[in-house]
Amino acid sequence: MALNWFKFASPASFYPIAGRLIPIFWVLTVALLAVGLYWGFFETADQLGGGNPQKEYYRIIFIHVPAAWMSMWLYVVLVGWAAIGLVFNTRLSFMMANAVAPTGAIFTFLALWTGAFWGRPSWGTYWDWDPRLTSELALFFLYIGYIALHSAIDDTRRADRAAALLAIVGLIMVPLIFWSINCPDPNQCAALHQRSNLMHIEGNILFSMLIMTLAFWMYSFATSFMRLRSIILTREADSSWVQDILTQEDRA
Amino acid sequence: MFRVFWTVLKRDLTLAMRRRTDVLTTLFFFMIVVSLFPLGVGTERKVLMTLGPGVVWVAALLASMLALERLFAADYEDGTLEQMLLTAQPLSLLVLAKVAAHWLLTGLPLVLIAPLVGMQYHLSDTAIGIMMLSLLLGTPVLSLIGAIGAALTLGLRGGGILLSLLILPLYIPVLVYGSGAVQVSDIAITDTQPYLTLLGAFLMMAAIFAPVAASAALRISLE
Repeated sequence: MALNWFKFASPASFYPIAGRLIPIFWVLTVALLAVGLYWGFFETADQLGGGNPQKEYYRIIFIHVPAAWMSMWLYVVLVGWAAIGLVFNTRLSFMMANAVAPTGAIFTFLALWTGAFWGRPSWGTYWDWDPRLTSELALFFLYIGYIALHSAIDDTRRADRAAALLAIVGLIMVPLIFWSINCPDPNQCAALHQRSNLMHIEGNILFSMLIMTLAFWMYSFATSFMRLRSIILTREADSSWVQDILTQEDRA
Repeated sequence: MFRVFWTVLKRDLTLAMRRRTDVLTTLFFFMIVVSLFPLGVGTERKVLMTLGPGVVWVAALLASMLALERLFAADYEDGTLEQMLLTAQPLSLLVLAKVAAHWLLTGLPLVLIAPLVGMQYHLSDTAIGIMMLSLLLGTPVLSLIGAIGAALTLGLRGGGILLSLLILPLYIPVLVYGSGAVQVSDIAITDTQPYLTLLGAFLMMAAIFAPVAASAALRISLE
């Protein structure tokens, strides 16, 4: 069966689908959060030994790492939709990119914030010019730049396309920025952040971390789709199907 | 094709020469920012020597960014830019010419004034030489990347402050290696080679890709 993907590219046909998907994603979010948090609080060790001993506070990892992962992944998603929008000229793609941006920015901020609170007890400082902190901060600025440029342009079509181009340029620059921060001296490279390797993480901690990541992922779907629906309604306010929906909802 | 480049370059330079103060403003902004830092952090010789390279580079970043607003603005207002979009010549070539002219007017003066600023910060002669070299390689990259931002924010209200928000994060690599080169030049002059090679690589990449992206941005802004 050939599935016609372009059918769903129309805001009118995707609006009801998003509406039906949102509750599912919320349920998944809450369920995964419950499992992930329970596992993280009660099924993991209270103390961590090894090279860098950590007390209870290491449990920030269950928010911190998933938030950092999502912040990076969502930027790729944003650029993906922006690029699809520029290539195929589909309105919904731009709306999707737009809807993802605030969620991504929030996760970036969350990663920085939780990182600061984790850094205080374990490194003795809220902030350090460590490569990963600095590059996460740069990523935050990229999100803010995208949102700011989009909201500064009144004409929607120009705003969509200009912000999309900026996001793509940003993605091309991201490796350069990250790499230059990671390796400020090309003669030698060093970093404060522990080198992480998923294989070395204790099973329970890894499980809880991955469940939390999934929960954040589902949360991103839910919030992006909610935002997407509002964007669709705002932009298509003049079309007849939106009028129909609004009158229906008024009656109900 | 080379003639088109040359014509646009000469035109922009002539126009700028008719309003010389614009060029000088950027230069004096750079000098004022650099001169303010010692007043803020104290005039101790050792502090200034450590801060020098970074301050000069950040000031160069800000100066070239502030000048960016003027890159397309005048041509946009009098309609020249629209005519440029309509010509049969490749737009990215015209953009490259405009950026080149812009750099000659705002970037090159910074390179030439750098020794004076370096002396204010008690930098050694080798450090000043490396600083000039790194600015010579780095400031064109700033102009090239900045052109994308200038094209995107064309004609927007509050364009200047928005431009800085969009462009400054993208300037990070140039800043890191530009000021890094000056910092290591005091330890061993051979250590600066990787920095300068990287800046050169940035310059070549930016010269190829930035005009294309900037002309795409111009088409978006003017359609």
